[in-house]
Amino acid sequence: MIVLAVSGLQKRFGGVRAVDDVTFSIVAGEILALIGPNGAGKSTCFNLINGQITPDHGTIHLHGRDITGLAPRQIARLGVGRSFQIAAGFASMTVRQNLQTALAAHHRQSWRFWHDAMGAHVAEAAALLARVGLAAQADRAAGVLAYGDLKRLDLAIALAGAPGLLLMDEPGAGMALAERGALMRLVQKLAREDGMAVLFTEHDMAAVFAIADRVVVLDRGKILASGDPASVRANPVVQARYLGSGR
Amino acid sequence: MSFFLTQTLTGLASASSLFLVAAGLTVIFGVTRVVNFAHGSLCMLGAFIGWSILTRLPRDPAWFALGVLGTAAATALIGAALEIGLLRRIYRAPELFQLLATFGVVLVLADATLWLWGPNDLPLPRPPWLRQFVMIAGSRFPLFDLVLIAIGPLVLAGLLLVFHRTRWGVLVRAATQDRDMVAALGVDQRLLFTSVFALGAGLAGLGGVLALPAGSANLQIDLAVITEAFVIVVVGGLGSIGGAYLAAVLIGVLQAFGVVVLPGATLVLVFVVMAVVLVVRPYGLLGRDRGESRTDAEAVTLQRPAGLWQITAAGIGLALFLAAPLLFGPFAMAIATEMLVAMLFAASLHVMMGPGGMPSFGHAAWFGIGAYGAALLAQNLATPMPLALAGAPILAGLAAFAVGAFIVRLSGVYLAMLTLAFAQIVWAVAVQFVGLTGGDNGVLGVWPADPRGFYYVALGLCVGGVLILRRVLFSPFGFALRAGRDAPARAAASGIDMTAHRLAAFTLSGATAGLAGAIFTYSKGSAFPTYISVSHSVDALIMVLLGGIGSLAGPIIGAIAYTGLFDLLLATDFWRARLGAIIIALVLFFPAGLAGWAERRR
Repeated sequence: MIVLAVSGLQKRFGGVRAVDDVTFSIVAGEILALIGPNGAGKSTCFNLINGQITPDHGTIHLHGRDITGLAPRQIARLGVGRSFQIAAGFASMTVRQNLQTALAAHHRQSWRFWHDAMGAHVAEAAALLARVGLAAQADRAAGVLAYGDLKRLDLAIALAGAPGLLLMDEPGAGMALAERGALMRLVQKLAREDGMAVLFTEHDMAAVFAIADRVVVLDRGKILASGDPASVRANPVVQARYLGSGR
Repeated sequence: MSFFLTQTLTGLASASSLFLVAAGLTVIFGVTRVVNFAHGSLCMLGAFIGWSILTRLPRDPAWFALGVLGTAAATALIGAALEIGLLRRIYRAPELFQLLATFGVVLVLADATLWLWGPNDLPLPRPPWLRQFVMIAGSRFPLFDLVLIAIGPLVLAGLLLVFHRTRWGVLVRAATQDRDMVAALGVDQRLLFTSVFALGAGLAGLGGVLALPAGSANLQIDLAVITEAFVIVVVGGLGSIGGAYLAAVLIGVLQAFGVVVLPGATLVLVFVVMAVVLVVRPYGLLGRDRGESRTDAEAVTLQRPAGLWQITAAGIGLALFLAAPLLFGPFAMAIATEMLVAMLFAASLHVMMGPGGMPSFGHAAWFGIGAYGAALLAQNLATPMPLALAGAPILAGLAAFAVGAFIVRLSGVYLAMLTLAFAQIVWAVAVQFVGLTGGDNGVLGVWPADPRGFYYVALGLCVGGVLILRRVLFSPFGFALRAGRDAPARAAASGIDMTAHRLAAFTLSGATAGLAGAIFTYSKGSAFPTYISVSHSVDALIMVLLGGIGSLAGPIIGAIAYTGLFDLLLATDFWRARLGAIIIALVLFFPAGLAGWAERRR
């Protein structure tokens, strides 16, 4: 089942074609890595799918529905979760309240003025925190978490929306090596268990080749190559342009 | 034809003095990121110092020019002293605290000026050359206005030259872009900031002394000028000198024509122009989005519901308020009512400023709409008190919704400026629509039937109102609102409609302030334009910041402390200076507010 289908996507910034005729799709339970050097158009691709910017040409379909040009929060409500390259929690709340807020939004309860937010979705929040390994930190302020924990919180908030598609922009950035591996394995487990489709960008090639089912290589806005990790790694064009001969 | 020409020239002349002050403000903001409320006070000092110098000098043009330059140099020195003594210590503090500190300076300088020069307006005796006229298109035009018209562009050209052709100017421009980078390149930040502040202060003093021949040195200059200068800086684009000149010309000329064409609406006109410009170009005519400074977010700390000690303190406080009329008599009842109203007013501002992340310089607008709404309902439609008290927050809420729909998308200083603009419009309506509002005389004779009974009604409404706000802030709505402030992109990616939440908070905040205004009207028996003045908006701001923006306890403590302090100080000489000194001390020593300090001490 195709979850996300991107077709002929194009975006210019001035004279630069940041994303130029990009087409790919992801099926349920699949993990797709979007890689490429700095300035290849990965983040632009992300922001197009996420709705933060609108494409000049091309379409984005989610579960067969055209979502091109919708606002981020509308796309979020259709079941697209995302984590951020620079993770940000809701700093004035505890870790648990962060989840309670996200869960309330997911259950369309953000307009309740008279309910007690801290008494709602306690069990669901605890389950999510246990899943990402933050259960012990539930009552700490999100503003004082270590960066690795903040990344996990960011992921948990994204998961609170029960997304069919998870977008992760540089999930390992700023994390220690061991933490990064744990997070990647967690994401892989989520995809396998829940049938969640995952699209992520990453600079760390070890992480990419460890968990990605398929890899799309971008270069100057265009798709240079795509396929399973082994074939991409063996691709001479990719080696010459991006991975470098030394690797 | 001659009408258009003379009005345009008059407008250009006033544009020049507006520009001088605004240019100083915008340069200071660009580099130090401090919104300097005391800028109008520096302009006022310029007028007074200029008066003292010029009245002692021979009265010919050369000595006049020398005196003007001497005045500018003197205010520049005062500016440098201010920067070294105070501002340097608070550059890392959140924006609003800097604002509060500079407002403390406003109060201190106001009383210092009063002490040094006395309460009377000091007009400059004008020598013959200052009284000369020139014939332009068949009508007489003051020679000095022509001089002023020339000074504006000259100073503009001089500033542009300095900023583009000197090493110092290039560093200042670089610091405007990214001051941390400039520091990393090894530039002495302290010297740069002090000199920029001195330049800005000098320009303010120049503007003040050059306005002397057309007016006088008086104690109202500070707040009058700062409001206009803010408008010009914001319309022109924060940090843009060319934009400031453009905006000064636009507003100067519009005012010159407005006085003739729409004499009843001059006050409204300026702020309508500002609102229109900001709605069309949110960052001003020549301004650009600099990315909001995140100082406020850095100050975000965990927000917890009240603990046992806070609830105990609140209980004791409530008991005191309940017993006040029985124990202390009618005078205490009046002060207690003032405190209760202040508490609700400050709490309503907290909702939009704290969890909503929307600072306001014009919160008195909603208070005033509620106050006048209740008063006019009672006077003109003979509405009984309960209905008038219910109608006022509805009116204020509707107004807040209508205004908020245009402005909640903006952020930071620009949003605050638009709230100020709207408050000034409401204030101008109250002053100028004499038929409906009674103008400066206000609406009188709106008394409750039973004063003691009314005290308990006020107590119930104020405490109840605060409790309702508290409940809403800890509801899923309140959490979503706070989430949008803490991490806007994260909240949007979770499906939270931030704009709608902010608008709802804005409306709720306005309605609650309106209720506070209505209660105040009945407790004082009247509604006056002063309820909507800038200084009343600043009162609310001080109460929230004084108590601490981190929790709802802050504005409550702040309101009670500020009202109490105010009533104590009001009985003393130079109370403004004392209040100002206290505010400055609080910012220096309690940067998280009183409640934040108590929280940390536990």
